[in-house]
Amino acid sequence: MSAPAIEIEGLTKDYAVGFWRPRMRRSLDHLTLQVEDGEVFGFLGPNGAGKTTTLKVLMSIIFPTSGTARVRGKAIDDVSMHREIGYLPEQPYFYDYLTARELLDYYARLFGFAASERRERVTRFLERVGLGRAADVQLRKFSKGMLQRVGIAQAILHDPQVIFLDEPMSGLDPVGRREVRDIIHDLKREGRTIFFSTHILSDAEMLCDRVGVLVGGKLQGVGAPREIVSMEVYAMEILFETPEGRPLPSSLAKNATRVGGRYRAEVPEDQLYPVLDELRRCEARILSVIPLRPTLEDYFFKLVAGDKSASPQLVEVGTR
Amino acid sequence: MSTVPGIVAVNTFREAVRDRVLYNLIVFALLMIGASVLVGEISIGISRLVIINLGLSAISIFGLVMAVFIGVGLVYKEMEKRTLYSLLAKPVRRWEFLVGKFGGLVLTLSVNTFFMALGLGAALYYVSREFLRADVAIVVAIYFILLELALVTALALFFSCFSSPMLSTLYTLGIYVAGFFSSDIREIGLVTHSPAIETSARVISYLLPNFRNFNVIAAASHGEAIPFSLIWQNTAYAALYVALVLIGASAIFSGRNLK
Repeated sequence: MSAPAIEIEGLTKDYAVGFWRPRMRRSLDHLTLQVEDGEVFGFLGPNGAGKTTTLKVLMSIIFPTSGTARVRGKAIDDVSMHREIGYLPEQPYFYDYLTARELLDYYARLFGFAASERRERVTRFLERVGLGRAADVQLRKFSKGMLQRVGIAQAILHDPQVIFLDEPMSGLDPVGRREVRDIIHDLKREGRTIFFSTHILSDAEMLCDRVGVLVGGKLQGVGAPREIVSMEVYAMEILFETPEGRPLPSSLAKNATRVGGRYRAEVPEDQLYPVLDELRRCEARILSVIPLRPTLEDYFFKLVAGDKSASPQLVEVGTR
Repeated sequence: MSTVPGIVAVNTFREAVRDRVLYNLIVFALLMIGASVLVGEISIGISRLVIINLGLSAISIFGLVMAVFIGVGLVYKEMEKRTLYSLLAKPVRRWEFLVGKFGGLVLTLSVNTFFMALGLGAALYYVSREFLRADVAIVVAIYFILLELALVTALALFFSCFSSPMLSTLYTLGIYVAGFFSSDIREIGLVTHSPAIETSARVISYLLPNFRNFNVIAAASHGEAIPFSLIWQNTAYAALYVALVLIGASAIFSGRNLK
């Protein structure tokens, strides 16, 4: 069995806050996590949860107070590890006196590509992120969304095996978000490992094999979105129509709402069959019965709310 | 040898060119043209001396201003704008980045100095219609100015690794001024007759870069020959000092948490 693509062991980061009497503030608290080869891993959490701190530590932009991390078996302070990774920072900013083509060429030089290969790669990756026509425009004239695309291009320019993306959908319009999702899908198909932080839960639900939720610097839960969201059915949703002038059954009189000529009701799972019997008796036409499960968003908010009221605990909610 | 510092240096040079840093050459050219015309009017017989003095002093001052003000922002700007994030995610060691930034600014200063030297040569030819054998001293003086600027750049870069641009400017200019008086500091120590002060003054004077040794403008303008020993001594001194300052800067920067 091959080694995990990313291994994080007890990663902790403390910051000194205050000038005269500095106090230590913990922004990352003993983070332990593994991401398997070829996996798309979503790193979720509210603002200030420690997502960007984690990525900065992995990129050696800041140094951990304690703990270790390895990417493809190499320690994060080993510069050769950087040949195998790509990184898109949050709200990326690049040398705005360069054109998109010049910037990518500069980065490609750092990987030692020959001139002809650099030309081919730069053109190919600019096309891939939809910037082929803006290749020779100075970056100072780029919109936020265009900069984000340049950021993605520079992160994948050298065909890295592991790609770290910090809020890759940030600043993009729906079309741009769709394109980035397609790029991530393509990269996954090519067997790359992708670790991305996001606060857009629908993106995480669509893209990720597994997600981890970080709150207050602590990992609160890890699991496949399906495992997280399919744990329990908390209610059944019934959509139905009643014959003209026929009153609603008494059990649904209070909790059914009329939506466009139809009724919608949520009932506990154990009440489903008695309610359906009642609806049949009053000759209602049942349109659909859907089990309601918590969404990733519900799960996320539950964890975030829980952190405010109680001391957080590590919750392993599922395995891959 | 790693090529990363070279790649970073070329990009730093490109940044300076695109940010129109070399526009200062226009001011220098105007200064030289104005001085040449004026010197012809007012100074009979000493026109060469005035032009050489003025030209070399201007090259030194223009270079110093560039070295300090661009030097203190080299690292700070990359940290502040977070352009460093993407760069450090590439196979780039922090010391390679620093050496590259240093090399890029020295390259910019060299190109700038080269064009100013051409301007000085043109002005000199305009006022005297000839070049003398002794004018080789002017080339040596310009070389010493470049060594001095490399030293100032290294110091600016060193301070910018741990302080704000404003403080880094103050520190660098402070060291520059103090470096001119390093031998005087040693002399002051001697006249106090206190062994402690004498030792401290000697240590400080040796730690400070001796900028006075690089200033041969007066000798060059009077057509005096500059001894070969001074050329290699200054070269070795500048190379060693720059290397030590860059090692110190790398040690600090390599352990620093970026914002």
